[in-house]
Amino acid sequence: MGQHKKGLAVWILIVLLLLAGALLAGSHPRAETVQEAMRDAVLHDVNQVSLFGLKNVNPGLISAFLVTAVLLLAAVLIRVFAIPRFQMIPGRLQLLLEQAVGLFDGMAKNSSPHRFRFVGAYIFAAGAFIFVGTLFELLGIQAVTVKGHPITLPAPLSDVNAAIALGTLSYLVILSGGIAANGLKGVGKTLKEFSLPISMSFRLFGALLSGLLVTELVYYYVSLSFVLPVIVGVLFTLLHAIIQTYVLTMLTSMYYGEVSEPSPAKPKKKKQAASSAEHA
Amino acid sequence: MPWPLNIDPQQILLHWMNLAILTGGLYFLLYQPVKAFLAKREEYYRDLDRQAQDKLARAEQLQADYQKKLDGAEEEIHQARAKAQQSLQQSVQEQLDQAQAQAQLIVTRAHADAERTREQALYDSQQDIRRLAETAAKRLALHEDPFDQFLDLAEGGGNHESQ
Repeated sequence: MGQHKKGLAVWILIVLLLLAGALLAGSHPRAETVQEAMRDAVLHDVNQVSLFGLKNVNPGLISAFLVTAVLLLAAVLIRVFAIPRFQMIPGRLQLLLEQAVGLFDGMAKNSSPHRFRFVGAYIFAAGAFIFVGTLFELLGIQAVTVKGHPITLPAPLSDVNAAIALGTLSYLVILSGGIAANGLKGVGKTLKEFSLPISMSFRLFGALLSGLLVTELVYYYVSLSFVLPVIVGVLFTLLHAIIQTYVLTMLTSMYYGEVSEPSPAKPKKKKQAASSAEHA
Repeated sequence: MPWPLNIDPQQILLHWMNLAILTGGLYFLLYQPVKAFLAKREEYYRDLDRQAQDKLARAEQLQADYQKKLDGAEEEIHQARAKAQQSLQQSVQEQLDQAQAQAQLIVTRAHADAERTREQALYDSQQDIRRLAETAAKRLALHEDPFDQFLDLAEGGGNHESQ
């Protein structure tokens, strides 16, 4: 019992010493003010990263490529090592994969019962991208800007270009469903929802950006870097990952189902024939 | 004129390309194989279910057949029992008749035997009487005093009894 108390006291002392050290040591002078940091988090026009020396791009694009690479690498490993060993009674990994595929497949089937194969595959990829991409910022992978400053790679969708790309691509997928099922009528149905690409893009961008801004603000000041990041990380990263994945995939499959629903044939000629017969 | 919010169409196209690669890659590497496996398993369990249904139907058919046979067997048992009972009654009746016939025969024979014995006894006693009568007649014929003879006989008889 006495040893326990002693150990506890030592632990608390170490923590307090480290806290005092961290607060007293301060940090290097900032390369940018908090205003500049927040503005850059939104616009990404200062801290750009070179894309293989070809072009200066937003760090979000590098994050997007990295997320895709990680996802495809994991998919290759799973395809080679896990899928051939699938059993009728699934193990943990198999169950996880089956649940993930079954979730998006079921969502596509429920929302778009007439045509669901393509939209199922698309929302699976989009969902995986949003979920993993949002959690990606928790890893804190570093990159060097074209000006030579180190930055932490943000979530891909906190870049407005990525959000617009995903929103508009989802809209195009919906449009393709409309065309495939109803031809020109499907185009009309899709164009009726003209605000959809903007709303989907900026919903994603706003949600992810808010998380990024709060995280940026919290990490800007050393005094806020204790305990608080855990809550912020969970609130603005994990919940966003789940919620935004669900919202975008659900909306896409729902609108896809709406526009790809076969239109009932209007019995115009019959009606006309019947009315003319009545007149006669 | 630059786009607002640092929107860059070239980067948007790069994101599209990235998403297209991701969608195709995930479809061929994960989505399709896992779905194929799910469909295979569904088919496997559907097949199992179908087999179970078939077995159940066969079992029900067998049960119905056996029930039918059981019902038939009960009727058969009932008939056999009635037949056996009838046969038993017949056999008992036959044995009874046979016994009665035998008893009748025994009684008839006994009656015949008794008659014969009675006739034999009657015949024997007649012979004895005849013989006694002959003896008496012979003695009378030898003229002896009947009184003395009677006494002699009586004495002789007494000796005979004492012996």
